Amino acid sequence: MAVSTHLRKLAAQLGMAAGAAACGASAYAADMVGGPAELQLNLQRPVTDIADQIFDLHTGMLIVCLLIFIAVFAAMFYSIFAHRKDKGHKAATFHESTTVEIAWTLIPMIIVIGMAGFATRTVIAMKDTSNADLTIKATGYQWKWGYDYIKGEGEGISFYSNLSTPRAQIEGKAERGVNYMLEVDNEVVVPVNKKIRILTTADDVIHAWMIPAFGVKQDAIPGFVRDTWFKSKETGIFRGQCAELCGKEHGFMPIVVHVMSDADYTKWVADKKKEIASKQEDPNKVWTQPDLAARGKTVYENNCAACHKSDGKGTPPAFPPLDGSKTVLGPMDNQVAVELNGRPGTAMAAMGKTLSDTDIAAVVTYTRGAWSNKAAVALVQPSDIKAARAWDAAKVTALVAKPQ
Amino acid sequence: MSAVLPGHAHDDHADAHGHDDHHHGPPAGFMRWVTTTNHKDIGTLYLWFSFAMFLTGGMLALTIRAELFKPGLQIVNPEFFNQLTTMHGIIMVFGAIMPAFVGFANWQIPLMIGAPDMAFARMNNWSFWLLVPAASLLIISFFVPGGATAAGWTMYAPLSSQMGIGQDLAIFALHIMGASSIMGSINIITTILNMRAPGMTLMKMPMFCWTWLITSYMLIAVMPVLAGAITMTLTDRHFGTSFFNAAGGGDPVMYQHIFWFFGHPEVYIMILPAFGIVSQIIPAFARKPLFGYASMVYATSSIAILSFIVWAHHMFTTGMPAAGQLFFMYATMLIAVPTGVKVFNWIATMWKGSMTFETPMLFAIGFIFVFTMGGFTGLILAVTPIDIQLQDTYYVVAHFHYVLVAGSLFAMFAGVYYWLPKWTGHMYDEFLGKLHFWCSVVFFNLTFFPMHFLGLAGMPRRIPDYAAQFADFNAVASIGAFCFGLSQLIFLAAVIKCVKGGPKAADKPWEGAEGLEWTVPSPAPYHTFETPPQVK
Ligand code: HEC
Ligand SMILES: [Cu+2]
Repeated sequence: MAVSTHLRKLAAQLGMAAGAAACGASAYAADMVGGPAELQLNLQRPVTDIADQIFDLHTGMLIVCLLIFIAVFAAMFYSIFAHRKDKGHKAATFHESTTVEIAWTLIPMIIVIGMAGFATRTVIAMKDTSNADLTIKATGYQWKWGYDYIKGEGEGISFYSNLSTPRAQIEGKAERGVNYMLEVDNEVVVPVNKKIRILTTADDVIHAWMIPAFGVKQDAIPGFVRDTWFKSKETGIFRGQCAELCGKEHGFMPIVVHVMSDADYTKWVADKKKEIASKQEDPNKVWTQPDLAARGKTVYENNCAACHKSDGKGTPPAFPPLDGSKTVLGPMDNQVAVELNGRPGTAMAAMGKTLSDTDIAAVVTYTRGAWSNKAAVALVQPSDIKAARAWDAAKVTALVAKPQ
Repeated sequence: MSAVLPGHAHDDHADAHGHDDHHHGPPAGFMRWVTTTNHKDIGTLYLWFSFAMFLTGGMLALTIRAELFKPGLQIVNPEFFNQLTTMHGIIMVFGAIMPAFVGFANWQIPLMIGAPDMAFARMNNWSFWLLVPAASLLIISFFVPGGATAAGWTMYAPLSSQMGIGQDLAIFALHIMGASSIMGSINIITTILNMRAPGMTLMKMPMFCWTWLITSYMLIAVMPVLAGAITMTLTDRHFGTSFFNAAGGGDPVMYQHIFWFFGHPEVYIMILPAFGIVSQIIPAFARKPLFGYASMVYATSSIAILSFIVWAHHMFTTGMPAAGQLFFMYATMLIAVPTGVKVFNWIATMWKGSMTFETPMLFAIGFIFVFTMGGFTGLILAVTPIDIQLQDTYYVVAHFHYVLVAGSLFAMFAGVYYWLPKWTGHMYDEFLGKLHFWCSVVFFNLTFFPMHFLGLAGMPRRIPDYAAQFADFNAVASIGAFCFGLSQLIFLAAVIKCVKGGPKAADKPWEGAEGLEWTVPSPAPYHTFETPPQVK
């Protein structure tokens, strides 16, 4: 193992050095901690046993393939050099040899079976998600991740994790940070040297949860729960992103895992629980229109603007405008029902699943008075949303129907 | 238009066949091409059609590379970006590569087995002309509300259910193209099995015909499977079924199983005829018979059979049981063996030959060299744990472009240069051919080699914007892609020049070439082998 660790470091360093030498200093960015390095030529530095094994398997395969490649093409290029007409080489006439053909069928067969043999142990280890210290459910949404700490220290914590790179950087209007595109507002936090089991599922379409440094990639499939695991040997921040095409913002749903020492993790859990408790709002609080609309603007930017756009104009016909929308200007109940329950069969998801009563009330209130909208009734209270969650299915179906 | 079509203008062959007055030549002008049942005309149509699709798909690819030239969103928005990657894939696979090989089959199979035409001449016409409405649907889909489908060429459920009518148009287009492929395959099988010249046993048949025979069976087996998958997508979208919708009791992963049961054989469908072309060319320019003909036939058949039991290696990250992962890993590793046998046989054919390096040979050697790199990355990806690390990253993009561009496409270029003298009666311009070859290999590698690094470092595919650390290799790939794209104009120029004129080609312009196609005049007369030749 020690030897392979050394080899691995050497391989990684060679990779970087060759990259740096080939292209010189970068025009763009410094290396990202826990993410890709500038001009990186090889896999990311592994921090779990599984990722170590994958790294070694890849190095081994690469070496064997390169040796075969060199041997085979040395023969071909020698032949190209020596057996040419302009050198006066006369063609031989042989065209078969059973011995040779059996040899070059059997030898490769043994080599490839051997290669697969080496990988078998890792395949089985990757599948063993038993005896986890901490179980976290990762849910893919269009386009963010939701995390629920299900079992182990921190049980009960849950939050959403969104891309935190400012729009201005993406549009090139501001200088790009070093973690551009691979940074989030809420990181997944886990303790070091503990077996973390990740359950994956999705709310809408298939996503995939990946962290290259852990050697983890698992599809998150709507309606099904799958699992994977990792055990980080190091503290630090590790970055990945959604790896399965999931619609237009597929490239914009990164995953960041912060691995902490046990003590730090315990402290984080305590703080997080306090934070969640303090955020528990009184669902019966009566808001004024300006306060609620101000809050609604933030909710809108984070949850709706990806489709309906900040200016409310949407991108018709896929994503309709809310500015001037019949639903938004029409009866309050209809809009509340659409936002709580979504429109079945369209990309408009049930926002009530991810947003609190106050947030729903806020975003409804905001949209009814934003842009050119001046709805007759512009204010709805969190308590009304709470009541609306209890509407029966038939009523909801009638209310969410698209107005003609 | 018809001036640049490498067919046989009426009077071209009139002198070759002037004595033969019961043969009426083709009707002149546009109607000739609409009504033709002649395998050579239809082959020509297929080839030009697929070249047009190749340029269309290429334009989409260049737009993608322009957006990815540097980080940030510059040229296209993410919705349109996804439409571009999706349509690039669909157009290249179904519009460019597959029809191009059918074009080769049409031109060459009857000439190589000594048959007067394809078995079902009218169906042949129909299977080509179906492609035109299919391709139109694909192009039109960019202009319908919501644009073209953006669910990826694999059209995974349930994302495909969120798409607009562009998705339906793509589904219809694929249905039509599938029907066309099935008809083409039936035609090829019937022709090969029933219309070989007396004395040409199956084991004396040119390798190209063997690979197409096997490919046709694969097409007949899997195109209906694709049709089933996309029909279920269609009914999920519009008729309330829930084949792939978990909320209604369906399973999105089932779509992937069905799709890849088609999709994996499909990748061999796109490479076996390429193997066939290369197996014709290497012996011709090595002036030495193909080494291990029988083992080549067996290798091709084993690849075909194995290709039906490896599909789930595209799905290692969906979360199948360890037993499943192990089965598909071992099966996939095994398929490398017959592929390796082919490469060894080609090199053994070159060994101690008397080689010359005209453009067809250059492309064939380039094919072996670069395709083998794609083969090795395939082997690396077959190892489940490595695949889980690299699945859906640029490593995979690099891998399949090495086998499809350097594989299928280079073999087709080799085939075009090899048979152009027979098709047009003129020699192509060797300088243009060689220039095309060298530009293609160099820029191909400049485009796709850096993608291995991007994938290893963790850059996912199908994203319009990326971490700035990925910037340099993306910039290199984009520059390479534009140069590669421009290099294809050299090909266009070389072909047009050859169609229009050039030194007269002998009946057998290549010293070492073997086969019945070289026994007829160049250009091949409109009708050939009306009395079957005798093969000893
Ligand atoms: C994934 C993209 C997406 C997101 C995110 C999204 N919507 Fe929608 N929304 C849609 C689509 C698509 C429709 C149209 C559904 C249909 O075809 O009737 C829609 C419809 C609506 C309508 C009805 C419009 C009308 O004129 O009938 C309202 C109101 C609405 N959304 C509000 C919101 C709010 C508020 C949010 C944020 C909390 C939000 N949406 C987030 C995609 C989205
Ligand atoms: Cu996603």
